[in-house]
Amino acid sequence: MSIFSLSRKNLTRKPGRAAVLTLLIAFLSLAVFGGSVVVLSLRQGLASLEARLGADIIVVPSSAQSKVSFQNMFLQGTTGAFYMDVSSLDRALEVEGVEKAAPQTFLASLKADCCSIKIQVIGIDPAADFTVQPWIARSYSRELGDMDVAVGCKVEAEVGEIIRIYDQRCKVVARLEATGTGLDTAVYCNMDTMRALLAAAEEKGISHKITSDSEDSISAIYIKVQDGYDIDAVNSRLNGHIRKATAVRTRSMITGVSDSLAGISRTVTLLIAAVWALAFIILLLAFVLIIRERTREFAVLRLLGTSRRMLGRMVLLESALCSLLGGVIGIGVAALAVFPFSTLIETSLNLPYLRPALGVILLLAAGTLALAVIIGALASAGAAWRLSRVDPGTALREEN
Amino acid sequence: MTLQAENISKRYFRKTGAANYFYAVQPVSLTLEPGTVTVLMGRSGSGKTTLLHMLAGLLPPTEGQVRLGDRLLYTLGDAALSRLRNERLGVIPQGRSAVDTLTVLENVLLPGQLYGRAADAGEAQAWLDALGIGALRDARPGELSGGELRRMAIARALSQHPDVILADEPTGDLDDENTALALSALRGAAHDHGQAVFLVTHEADALRYADRAFRMDAGRMAEA
Ligand SMILES: Nc1ncnc2c1ncn2[C@@H]1O[C@H](COP(=O)(O)OP(=O)(O)OP(=O)(O)O)[C@@H](O)[C@H]1O
Ligand SMILES: [Mg+2]
Repeated sequence: MSIFSLSRKNLTRKPGRAAVLTLLIAFLSLAVFGGSVVVLSLRQGLASLEARLGADIIVVPSSAQSKVSFQNMFLQGTTGAFYMDVSSLDRALEVEGVEKAAPQTFLASLKADCCSIKIQVIGIDPAADFTVQPWIARSYSRELGDMDVAVGCKVEAEVGEIIRIYDQRCKVVARLEATGTGLDTAVYCNMDTMRALLAAAEEKGISHKITSDSEDSISAIYIKVQDGYDIDAVNSRLNGHIRKATAVRTRSMITGVSDSLAGISRTVTLLIAAVWALAFIILLLAFVLIIRERTREFAVLRLLGTSRRMLGRMVLLESALCSLLGGVIGIGVAALAVFPFSTLIETSLNLPYLRPALGVILLLAAGTLALAVIIGALASAGAAWRLSRVDPGTALREEN
Repeated sequence: MTLQAENISKRYFRKTGAANYFYAVQPVSLTLEPGTVTVLMGRSGSGKTTLLHMLAGLLPPTEGQVRLGDRLLYTLGDAALSRLRNERLGVIPQGRSAVDTLTVLENVLLPGQLYGRAADAGEAQAWLDALGIGALRDARPGELSGGELRRMAIARALSQHPDVILADEPTGDLDDENTALALSALRGAAHDHGQAVFLVTHEADALRYADRAFRMDAGRMAEA
């Protein structure tokens, strides 16, 4: 009988003992893996939000001044409807230090026929835009044509499908990658399309005009500051130069998010550490108890000619098998808990939440598994080492 | 192969009057010849088990040497000593000595398999039969009586084909009939197979199987 099959029999024929170890390791792995996935998803969400905002400064009408509502739009997809005159764009470009200025126009749709949720229609100017197009380019290589729309991943419409917005037929040409933010419920179109939609909306009695003499309205201007210019200085210059509009640094919108993210990261990390410490202590205790219970068994094995090294290998093998199984169970349960409920986690945390790539998740799972095995090995090695220091003759006497 | 103890003693720390140590085994020399049965008797606590453990390579003596053939047991490293124990020494310890997760037959086969030798299940079964527990081969040790466990340990030592068999009260839990079975099996190992048998026992009967007999009294051994 090899040491391996002896280990196997020890586990399968004393399943209670193996189950305790396996369960402990499973809890450990669950905490580590589940917690890490949540924290990583939050980080990813923040990074994605930052990338999607993609601008140093955003100028919005003073009527939309509360930055909370603006922030909500990105985080929860709460549709905003605020407008200013298109001349603000020219004013913005006049300001020293402004490298690029891209207008966007928002239109809150009624329930579109495609969607169970309200969607936000966002018009962009393909010539000026520098924030949205790189994102669209990842799934659609051409420019948005008239009455073409690119839809966020949470909009239930397939590529090629025609959706109706205010009774206007729009063709879906692209589905965008997930961002984990409110932008996932947005629909993007070019400014000509937006004009048509605004006109259609007006027919239905939804007014968007700020002044009656202006044809075009815009909702926001995304500003990129030229290298070498102080963003705060440009920001206050914009505020002084454009009437009835407020310039907001995107950083200040994100700090709120990243602050609460840091808080949650800390909490989760602390929780993981606590679970770890606890699990390790319990594990160590379990091993000490188990080894004590097995003192005589080990002494008998020694008496029959098992060397210290073989005995150590046997204990390690048993713990490794338990750890591996426990790790797989823990990771599986964590995956079942975290992935299907990501929307719930997202809404309850009220933070951008984006699942990391599969490769990252697999890496995390492998790391967790390795950790489980190492922890199991450490806990058992300590007990086994203590045991092997005792002469078999003396051990045989214990608990006769 | 001859097992030779040269002036071995075992001292333990314990407050006894003026000294804070005592000798569980006073210095003693002993030779176990192939083909002979050596019986050791003595009162409880007189040091019999301690001596047997030292002879079996399980407990380093405080002083003295144990020699098997031309090898000094306690100068070997753990790996070499373990292997030697496995191949040349068959020990039947006092008390329970089964691996609970193995069946009776697997327990008997275990020493042979630890170092990858082929298992002779037929012979193991024959020893179990000879000792009257053949039907229990697939039972787990937890289901066995004390006497059945003792006989399992005897079968295990005999199946090992060691040079030396060291038995610590192997008939402790046995009735007269089974005691006779066990003792004659051990005598057979010595007389028919040329093994050296060392037998610690309280049974006066065992003297009938002995080629040499010793008595132990408070750690001091003398020919009986
Ligand atoms: N590890 C130890 N530390 C201290 N004293 C010990 C130790 N091991 C044995 N002794 C003592 O050594 C003496 C001899 O013990 P041993 O077990 O050899 O006796 P024994 O003759 O086998 O007795 P029994 O017939 O009851 O089995 C006893 O007094 C025992 O208490
Ligand atoms: Mg004894």
